Amino acid sequence: MRRLFRSRAWYKFSRSWLSVAGLATILVIALVTVVAPLIAPFPEHVGIFVDFRNTEQPPGWLYFFGTDDNGRDIFTRVLYAYRVSFAVGLLVLAIAVPVGVILGLLAGYYGGLVDTVIMRTTDVFLALPPLVLAMAIMGYLQPSLFNIMLAISVMWWPWYTRLIYNLTRSLRHEGYVQAAKVSGASDLHILLKEILPNCVPSLLTKMAFDMSFVILMIAALGFVGLGMQPPTPDLGRMVAEGVRFMPFDWWMSVFPGLAILILVLAFNLFGDGLRDMLDVDV
Amino acid sequence: MGVAGFILRRSAAAIVVLVGLSILIFVVARIIPGDPARMALGSVATPEQVEKLRNRLHLDESLPIQYWEFIKGLARGDLGESLVTRRSVSLDLIDTFPATLELVLAAGLIMVLVGVPLGIIAARYRDTAVDNVARLFALLGVVTPSFVWAVFLMLLLSFVLGLLPVAGRLSEAFDPPPMVSGMYTLDALIAGQWRAFWDAIQHLILPALALALAGMGQAARLTRTNMAEVYGRQYIEMARAFAFREHEIALKYALRPAMIPTLTILGLDFAVMLGNAFLVEAVFVWPGMAKYGVFAILRKDLNAIVGTVLVIGAMFLIVNIIVDMLTAYINPQIRLGRRVA
Repeated sequence: MRRLFRSRAWYKFSRSWLSVAGLATILVIALVTVVAPLIAPFPEHVGIFVDFRNTEQPPGWLYFFGTDDNGRDIFTRVLYAYRVSFAVGLLVLAIAVPVGVILGLLAGYYGGLVDTVIMRTTDVFLALPPLVLAMAIMGYLQPSLFNIMLAISVMWWPWYTRLIYNLTRSLRHEGYVQAAKVSGASDLHILLKEILPNCVPSLLTKMAFDMSFVILMIAALGFVGLGMQPPTPDLGRMVAEGVRFMPFDWWMSVFPGLAILILVLAFNLFGDGLRDMLDVDV
Repeated sequence: MGVAGFILRRSAAAIVVLVGLSILIFVVARIIPGDPARMALGSVATPEQVEKLRNRLHLDESLPIQYWEFIKGLARGDLGESLVTRRSVSLDLIDTFPATLELVLAAGLIMVLVGVPLGIIAARYRDTAVDNVARLFALLGVVTPSFVWAVFLMLLLSFVLGLLPVAGRLSEAFDPPPMVSGMYTLDALIAGQWRAFWDAIQHLILPALALALAGMGQAARLTRTNMAEVYGRQYIEMARAFAFREHEIALKYALRPAMIPTLTILGLDFAVMLGNAFLVEAVFVWPGMAKYGVFAILRKDLNAIVGTVLVIGAMFLIVNIIVDMLTAYINPQIRLGRRVA
């Protein structure tokens, strides 16, 4: 731990206190989602639960963020909704990044027909606002964790293909790549051991930023009713349902909205820090 | 290769993308498990009804034949019938499109007219309090989902301050102005109905602002970053040495090269805005194409989904061509037909 804080990388990362604040926020929220069942004030409010005596309570000491129209604690529900955001965000990257990277490497390294087919396909995917196609796909699927992840992943890989493609194109003429080629290294070796490691800084930075955009997209899907279905808490859906109770029960929309904002902001600041630390342009 | 050739080439590429897009949407709509006819009719429909609908939608044919039927219809401007409104999807889209266009244009104007100057100011007063405030403001714009902005703005400006109407395009006291463009603000102007124009503007402000804030923040951040880079170049130093005024340097010499990379990303932001229109229209009950699209998606209205997505895709491509043209205009390397480094 001590070595980490003394390292050159940490020095560069921590030059802006905002980056450190972003990282700290992510770590705290991640920890909170893991131990949510232990610290949530009303874990039973996550499922189907009705408490008619305490419906639409304003924020206070008992209910930090107030209660919804079923008398459920909004703070508890926000904690559990964060779990979905994190899980889907990580899963989307776990699918989109490998797919995008492999296609980008192939298109950038081999050029020619491979390049044309792969890159023109990404053009088609990038010709639509990501949210629109993800929504269209979700329209046909049952809303579930797996399908949400699938619909967003389908829209996300082209961005990584394009990033890695551009990097590969510029790296493949580097001296060390040529040297490996001359000394008889296989294409697989060159792609994985010579080119890919040099893409990692850009890749990591983009992933940090994309975490925030995926979380925004999950929230947007939830907002139109295509996210996790009730009674599972979903930040976007909570905002949408709260709109019906505006302006008097403002807390129903405002706190879940702020919850989205804070997580997205944290990943954005963290991404800024990584970018400064690794000195890359994404 | 001159500007004309450049634009021609980009348009041809756009058409190829549009064809690809039509295939993609078509395949997505057909390949996904579940029977669209069954989904549209619901679980109470009899097998005969489902069979009849399948037949009418050509769902019982093979995929290539279905696609061919779809393209034939598309060439005639026929997108099929909406399963929910029972009207032609093309007519539905023509009815709802102007409202969305009006909203997106207004948001785009705010994005550029506020975002870019904000970035210029931040770059001009780099690393001062002014810069930090502008950057914080821009960052908040980027990280807040447009529907959360919509809720916050509605709460503050409509409910607490009571300045602006909550929803819709026009107060009930007014009849929609005579249809010319379908955009109420423009049509009211054309008809000379000043009070209706003012009312339409008031209805437009909130949704347009909610939609614009994300792109606006992005525009400001990009302008600042790119201008900061230009400020490091030697000719800026020279301009200072020649005692050019600081605001002249900013607007005349630093801004122009910085706009080239900024414009490209602004085109992408416009795409994000088109997507977010789906959410903002829902909050403000704005009767546009995006709201129609959301409704179609929730009701699994096959033809309406395909139609909406295609129109959005086409709009996005047109914006990109316009952006390319502007870039070519600003960048002499393209304008004069030289290769871009």
